[in-house]
Amino acid sequence: MLNQPGSAQTAKLSLWRRFMNHAATGFAVGAAILVLAPLLAIFVYLLVKGAGSVNWAFLTQTPKPPGELGGGMANAMVGSALILAVASVLGVPLGIGCGIYLAEYGRNRFGDLVRFTADVLNGVPSIVIGIAVYGLIVLQQKHFSAFSGGVALGIMMVPTIARATEEMLMMVPNVIREAALGLGIPKWRTTLSITLRTASAGVITGCMLAFARVAGETAPLLFTAFGNQFWNLKLNQPTAALSLQVFAYAISPYEDWHRQAWAGALILIVMIVVAVAAVRIVTSRGMLKGTS
Amino acid sequence: MSRTENEMNSPEGINPTQKAVTGIPALAKTATQRETSATSSVLERIRQTQPRSSRFPDATFRAVILITAISVFAIVVFVAWELIDKSRLSLHQFGLSFFYGHDWDPVNEVFGAVPFIYGTLVSSFLALLIAIPLSVGVAVYITEMCPVRLRAIIAFLVELLAAIPSVIYGLWGIFVLAPLLRVYVEPFLAKTLGWTGFFSGPMYGLGMLAAGIILSIMVIPIIASITREVLTAVPQSQREAVLALGATRWEMIRMGVLRNARIGIIGGIILGLGRALGETMAVTMVIGNRPEISQSLFAGGYTMASVIANEFTEATGDVYLSALVEIGLALFIVTLIVNALARLLVWSITGGSAARARA
Repeated sequence: MLNQPGSAQTAKLSLWRRFMNHAATGFAVGAAILVLAPLLAIFVYLLVKGAGSVNWAFLTQTPKPPGELGGGMANAMVGSALILAVASVLGVPLGIGCGIYLAEYGRNRFGDLVRFTADVLNGVPSIVIGIAVYGLIVLQQKHFSAFSGGVALGIMMVPTIARATEEMLMMVPNVIREAALGLGIPKWRTTLSITLRTASAGVITGCMLAFARVAGETAPLLFTAFGNQFWNLKLNQPTAALSLQVFAYAISPYEDWHRQAWAGALILIVMIVVAVAAVRIVTSRGMLKGTS
Repeated sequence: MSRTENEMNSPEGINPTQKAVTGIPALAKTATQRETSATSSVLERIRQTQPRSSRFPDATFRAVILITAISVFAIVVFVAWELIDKSRLSLHQFGLSFFYGHDWDPVNEVFGAVPFIYGTLVSSFLALLIAIPLSVGVAVYITEMCPVRLRAIIAFLVELLAAIPSVIYGLWGIFVLAPLLRVYVEPFLAKTLGWTGFFSGPMYGLGMLAAGIILSIMVIPIIASITREVLTAVPQSQREAVLALGATRWEMIRMGVLRNARIGIIGGIILGLGRALGETMAVTMVIGNRPEISQSLFAGGYTMASVIANEFTEATGDVYLSALVEIGLALFIVTLIVNALARLLVWSITGGSAARARA
């Protein structure tokens, strides 16, 4: 900035400028390495510490009482599946419906307001949603339940799915809508069978992203699903979840539980990475190219 | 000198910025608007020719879809109402003193949230301090320096950081990061920077410093991906213009790219702050959970989110529970404001729809 061409200082300043250029490049490269290092470290540790403990017993047994060796997280995996099923049943239709509204009817002030609210809801801490659901369901029923956990996670899925669905529907060319309407197909049928169908790959990936996001959630489950040492398949009973179990084992004083916490975390992360990678593969193909 | 220059430059700096950054999206916007306005009249004409029999199902469909859209409002209102309702007891009993009281004493039912507010603010601030330079650095690397082939891979890996559940960060923090800090980093900091008072006292590994570092790792992907988005939105001509004036690459990035993208970057930082304030599990696992205010970053702390996580299910007595809900309410309001602010900033740059911003 201070450099005036032709001034006596040119040589000195250009040395400074060259140095700054290299320093900035070095900083950016260093930042990239520093950011990716924890990612690598986490995956390596999960594999090293977790892989050895993922065995048949771990996958089929329920937790042993504190201090006893062995046991597994089978009930937690089933519990997670149960809670996530409830969450999906609630969150997916609401999210997709909201996305359809935003894309097909929401090009106005009210649509902007819904969009804004969805984005803000996306940023509300998960533990706060947990408290709200606790107040609504757990306090009324007077006991913790898989259902309340599912509701909390379902609420968290809505904004993500809504925005993803909107994004995908907006990419469907208007010509397709016109063609359908021109054939005399009613608007609702056009939206569901033509527009939504055309964008279905993208919408599904949006749902999977939301699913992956809530699959590892722990905070809202602490006082909704609560956790359970035994098998439970009832919606109105306290239920174990993989993430809850990892948390409980990680802060416990037992060596054997630490080992199992790593194994549980490994299973959790494999589930999530598979979902995210699937999203990547689908979004980098066909009409969805360049969307994310 | 530099100030007058800033003042001189600022009107020129801002106007071309907004024009430049919104340039392409704005074009796209007007194009789509033109298209929709043209087609909507076509669609309108088509709809008028539709048989009467399809009008009722159409109206029903529209109503159902509208209800799902309204449900998003309903959720936010329900969360707010639930929090206010359940914290009423504590709101009445303590009033504003809740936010400047230092004592958290469940036995005598005296509750003041200052240690938790302090812990939340300090850990979030520490996280941003570490995360901002790193995430802007990595975003600049991805958009400006990286070989094209690596670009998508590194962007994907950074986003993968956001997909790791916080309980796994916590697990890693307890068993990997904390011992690392205890054995290597904290003794080093105590030796070199101990005189500042921030790095002194017993070294446990677990504590405010560990929480700040874990939080920064979790916040980086958010700030980095938004920064990357905004940097990509800066038109290529802007870069070429600065380079043509004889700037080095760094000067081009500083003057042509970062300056144009600053509002969006600030939006991303605020969004990251929102995440840091509300993050629960990882922080709870590594911060040490001691409701004390200590100058040293080695000491344990406690955050608003982690006190809820730890004590909510064990809260005996209505006032205790109500006080915890009030902390949740405070957290809710703060993150609401922070997120709204961030969204407005980011929207002002990218023009609302994410599709347009990314295209």
